[in-house]
Amino acid sequence: MERLTAWLAVPLLAAIPGLTACGDATAPLTVFAAASLTDVIEPLVRSFEDAHPDAEVIVSTAGSQRLAIQILDGAPADVFLSADARRVAAVADQTRGDPVPFATAEMVIAVPPGNPHDIRRLEDLADPDLSLVLPAPQVPAGAYAGQVLADAGVTVRPVDLTLDVRAAVTKVALGEADAAIVYATDVLARGDELDAVVVPTDVEAAYLAVVLQHSAQQDLAAAFVEHLVSETGQAILADHGFGPP
Amino acid sequence: MSGRRQVPNAIGLIALVSVAFLLLPLVALLLRTPWGRLGELMTEDTVREALRVSLVASALATLVAVVLGGALGFVLARGPVAWRAPLRALALLPLVLPPVVGGVALLLAFGRRGVVGGPVADVTGLALPFSLWGVVLAEAFVALPFVVLAVEAGLARVDPRLEQAAAIMGASRWRVLRRVTFPLALPSLAAGTALAWARAIGEFGATITFAGSLPGVTQTMPVAVYVELESDPGGAYLLSVLLLAVAVGVLTLGRTRAVLQR
Repeated sequence: MERLTAWLAVPLLAAIPGLTACGDATAPLTVFAAASLTDVIEPLVRSFEDAHPDAEVIVSTAGSQRLAIQILDGAPADVFLSADARRVAAVADQTRGDPVPFATAEMVIAVPPGNPHDIRRLEDLADPDLSLVLPAPQVPAGAYAGQVLADAGVTVRPVDLTLDVRAAVTKVALGEADAAIVYATDVLARGDELDAVVVPTDVEAAYLAVVLQHSAQQDLAAAFVEHLVSETGQAILADHGFGPP
Repeated sequence: MSGRRQVPNAIGLIALVSVAFLLLPLVALLLRTPWGRLGELMTEDTVREALRVSLVASALATLVAVVLGGALGFVLARGPVAWRAPLRALALLPLVLPPVVGGVALLLAFGRRGVVGGPVADVTGLALPFSLWGVVLAEAFVALPFVVLAVEAGLARVDPRLEQAAAIMGASRWRVLRRVTFPLALPSLAAGTALAWARAIGEFGATITFAGSLPGVTQTMPVAVYVELESDPGGAYLLSVLLLAVAVGVLTLGRTRAVLQR
């Protein structure tokens, strides 16, 4: 019986640090960021925390459409960084203030290093022997990709429609897919693992930041959005391949 | 023997909480489902295709799991004792591995650049990811432990004297297995198969990572629900209830047949 009690004590003891954390004075700022911002959000957060020593930022990344649903379900986010205007519109009831454009990104074709299938134009993606992966249409990157293809009049048969842009990038990087239409910033983030094929298109991803209404830290949230469009923030974004808003 | 005397009040109370814990999400789902839209939903291609992919893949996956799991379970029960602990740990691996990690590991083994999948793809041009067979593989992987454990337990319950008696009366080893061992272990095997199927049809992380989520090809019901949640929650609830109904239906059918065959 004593051994049983001892075993029960373990999970309880492990939970204590979690319970005491509830007493903290300043709650962290929760930022929901589009999946394609995964690599750039870390330096952005660090530079923000440097400028605001009392602030602590927690980031959650996923496809913008998934984040929008979480926000609508009541997730405790303070700031939403979306990869397109449609997702911001979807949570319009929960936002405070106008959405602030803070970055843009080009759409490119991601291919394995050396471009082994010699893809040069969008039309090459229509090759039935090519394993093309696209983000699903409800993902911002998927909508942009669809637009790029539609503008060029190219019909493709992808082998997979991923639930966020990073999954599409990963499949090409792993060698499971031959090509994917993703953001140029995603290819840049993967370094040597991927090459980008640039195609002529007017389609450009437009990133928007918005503060959420139920945020308990309106001022800090607004400051974070400010930081994104500040000189420091813009420089960091540019370093990662993003364009100006 | 009164039930009340057998269960201490404290335990009964906790069990009640347990029932509430399990029942409430189900009740909430049934209450919030927009039943009126059922007809409209059933005409949608994505729904019918997701259902088809799920049913076909899970059936094939269960078959694979039963064959592979049955053999492993048999070796666990009747094979060398020294192998038991490591083999059992291996059989339980898919249970403890997070499904997405399982999917990634499957890619590394059977993907186009996988340890085994790579050479196979180079020689034959066949690739498992992005195909229905990819779904089958991922689902079989997660369902396997249920069959292994059930078969091992079932065989352990077979009275060896019955098998010995059959052997003494002249039955060959295979005949003993077929006519004595198998029928006696069947209830356990059936239960394991049902669990394996339920696990297979409900799999999400491994299938989406290994096989993908292309509607009509690799998009299973769980994936379809996940996607639908992002644009049409009501539709997602309906899909979930549909999946539940199919699962309950198949499991009940299985049990009814088993009972009828007694």
